[in-house]
Amino acid sequence: MPRFVTLTIQRQDRPETRRYWQTFCIPYVEQMNVISCLQAIAADPTTADGEATTPVAWDCNCLEEVCGACSMNINGRVRQACTALVDALLEENPNEIRLEPMSKFPIVRDLIVDRSRMFDALKRVRAWIPVDGYYHIGPGPRISPRQQEEAYPLTRCMTCGCCLEACPQINNASDFIGAAAISQVILFNDHPTGKLIAHERLDAIMEPGGITECGNAQNCVKVCPKDIPLTDSIAKAGRQTSIHAITRWLSR
Amino acid sequence: MAEQRVVVIGGGLAGLAATMRLAESGRTVDLLSLGPVKRSHSVCAQGGINAVNAVTRQLGDSEWKHFDDTVYGGDFLQHQPPVKEMCDWGPKIIDLLDRLGVMFNRTPEGHRDYRRFGGTLFPRTAFAGATTGQQLLYALDEQVRWWETENRVYKHEMAEFLGPVIDEQGICRGVVAQDTCTMVIRAFPADAVVLATGGCGLIFGKSTNSMACTGAANARAYRAGVHYANGEFVQVHPTAIPAADKLRLMSESARGEGGRVWVPRDPKDARSAREIPDGERWYFLEERYPQYGNLVPRDIATREIFSVCREGYSVDPHGYAVYLDLTHIPRADLDRKLAGILEIYEKFQGVDPRDEPMKIFPGVHYTMGGLWCGYEVDPHTGGLKIGAPANQMTNIPGLYAIGEADYQYHGANRLGANSLLSCIFAGLIVSPSINAYLGNLSRKTAADSPSSLFEHEVERHQEAEHRLRNATGHENPYTIHRELGETMTRDVTVVRHNKNIAETLSTLDELTDRYRHVRLSDAADWANQHLAFTRALGDMLELAKAIAKGALLRDECRGAHYKPEFEIPGPDATDQDTLRRQARQWCERFRARNEQWLKTTVAEYHPAGPAIRYEEVDTSLIPPRPRTYGLKGAGVIDDVWKVMEAERSTAEQRYMGSAGAPQ
Repeated sequence: MPRFVTLTIQRQDRPETRRYWQTFCIPYVEQMNVISCLQAIAADPTTADGEATTPVAWDCNCLEEVCGACSMNINGRVRQACTALVDALLEENPNEIRLEPMSKFPIVRDLIVDRSRMFDALKRVRAWIPVDGYYHIGPGPRISPRQQEEAYPLTRCMTCGCCLEACPQINNASDFIGAAAISQVILFNDHPTGKLIAHERLDAIMEPGGITECGNAQNCVKVCPKDIPLTDSIAKAGRQTSIHAITRWLSR
Repeated sequence: MAEQRVVVIGGGLAGLAATMRLAESGRTVDLLSLGPVKRSHSVCAQGGINAVNAVTRQLGDSEWKHFDDTVYGGDFLQHQPPVKEMCDWGPKIIDLLDRLGVMFNRTPEGHRDYRRFGGTLFPRTAFAGATTGQQLLYALDEQVRWWETENRVYKHEMAEFLGPVIDEQGICRGVVAQDTCTMVIRAFPADAVVLATGGCGLIFGKSTNSMACTGAANARAYRAGVHYANGEFVQVHPTAIPAADKLRLMSESARGEGGRVWVPRDPKDARSAREIPDGERWYFLEERYPQYGNLVPRDIATREIFSVCREGYSVDPHGYAVYLDLTHIPRADLDRKLAGILEIYEKFQGVDPRDEPMKIFPGVHYTMGGLWCGYEVDPHTGGLKIGAPANQMTNIPGLYAIGEADYQYHGANRLGANSLLSCIFAGLIVSPSINAYLGNLSRKTAADSPSSLFEHEVERHQEAEHRLRNATGHENPYTIHRELGETMTRDVTVVRHNKNIAETLSTLDELTDRYRHVRLSDAADWANQHLAFTRALGDMLELAKAIAKGALLRDECRGAHYKPEFEIPGPDATDQDTLRRQARQWCERFRARNEQWLKTTVAEYHPAGPAIRYEEVDTSLIPPRPRTYGLKGAGVIDDVWKVMEAERSTAEQRYMGSAGAPQ
């Protein structure tokens, strides 16, 4: 068992300033994860060379991998910091743990990035059930256990951004909306009430930056911390948009 | 006249429910949150949400019974009208969530499935896998996003609440908040403000709460004059997974689906859990509480697990833990009903709980106490008068509190799966109350208040920040926080002794002194988390004092507040006559205790320390009775209590009948 853990962290004080790297060496504790390492640095922000520095800024909240806040690149792979257990990381690389912010989003500070484009995408695809209002008018539609079991995995998307980070189509030359929002289109289009505005969602993902931008690299599904079948959703969305395009053309 | 605006602080279930209902009623809402609302702590709720349903009704259940279970479970410390109203709304709220697309688990016929939770005998809990809180929060988040596109809701998702703005008449006219990225401090004028700012688990160091749950927002309201009620009532969840960074919740649904809690009968048994045969396992909850078994209310399960470990039965050689065992349940059932929470255990502990019993121990979980708020009774129903301005309003006019931040619904102990209900209920009903309040507001809108009111408050917060940023002491805020958590967890949680609580109070004063000499390691004026944490720590210390002082003064046992010195020992005689006599004495002591302590603790902030006073509890609907789950002699106490109550009501009637009668 190691006595110390070495972390090399990419830092950036402000969006407009330059990046730099710092190395920290912290005492090893059993069942540590990347969050507890960052907590230890916050409590005593001293680099491995013994220089006092500022605490590393990072995003987190639940620490149970259900809020989606703590996504970052850890040893070069995007994942949630709370479930990144130090023992497992040291098996990947016994020398150090390397932390970098996600690269596909604007940097706020250190490991914090701005993921508002993902929330904007949920607006674009109208990811909600268009109910009449909130007065009591009885129960919702009846849903079979099979439908529930198909929908449930899609409902667990926490807008963490891993799928966008891993996607080669998310780059400066493209305005691809990303797998997370497309999967939400399928969730709501398959719901008995949600499907009443399915055409609006399909229109949205047929616009520039929509589903046709997907390059089928299938990286998204590999990095999703919740094992959401994102590529199945994209395939379904492809079929739904094709049918929608034909009906739209026929009814012209 | 400018438009009247509402500010909602906090985007968890309560804040989102309030926001969407306010938007529907035509209001414009500014929604402030520390982060994207989709990441709020409500996502952590796993088990489900309670309401009476078609099946339980046919088993003899009713809204009244849900109400009765809730106040009995809460040891009668709640005002009853709001609780009754909440339980009456339960089925309607589940229908609404169902319409909003929550993927509740389904029966083969396509109806919503329900499970049983602690503190009730009916399967009243609707659930969506093991991530019900996440599913509910997302459904409301989606609705609020829709209102954003309609320009009825404006989200400010990097905003930290620093305090309310209260005018010279004592009326709330808005808030001051800081952008957590640009660090700009500004005022948000508003005609009504809703605090939906959650609980304060971080005061106890490690807890099951999210990192945002410092309680700082509530403490800031308290320091600005809002009363803080029943602070000493903090729920410790019986089953959490101990770890270095936090305690992760293992939902009560693990027991609801048949999970069994045990330790080896022989405390020295060194075999692995699976090698220990059933006969050599001590299922202590099932043995001691045959009726409820593993589903006793949370405070009881917590104390039992705690004391079994203290007696030397812990299954963890380095600390305290007992087994929570699901291995007898078919894997397919576990995957279908509990996959989400089992995954947590697997991911964080590296062990599959389908094969190996989990190791768990209690952890601070829920804040029953909170910001004081009012209500108005509907005399026709005994519940709430919906749309009365007083509902959920704090003692500051125009300032409302809802969700875990308020104190209204759970009394001395919260039942599992009632928190999601109380959060959404309070969120939904606060909207008509605010609309009524705004309609009655005689004076101009907040936007017409003198700008000096807001400028002054902004300057005050800027100066406080400046002082903190330039402090030149030597104290590390994280060390102070660790010590705060240690003293609070040790002395103000499961078992409380006055001597220890008094020591904690002086420790809190010492920590406050040291806090004045704190030194920041980051002076940045951009996304300075260190500054925000250190500022919150100062607020946590003040709230901790209210919690500890409330606990010190309350000399009784009630719900989560357990002081062995003041426990009334249960009757234990073997012959029936003595047993009944003992039970009668027990009931008399219980009644005397209730006369003294069936009161709401109300803390008012003073720089020198909290001032505590007590208010009567409204028990107009269900007369308080002994809470005897698992108590020694429970049966005879219940019997004797009924007889004594009958005698008393006869006496009361006789007296009332004779009053004013001709002599």
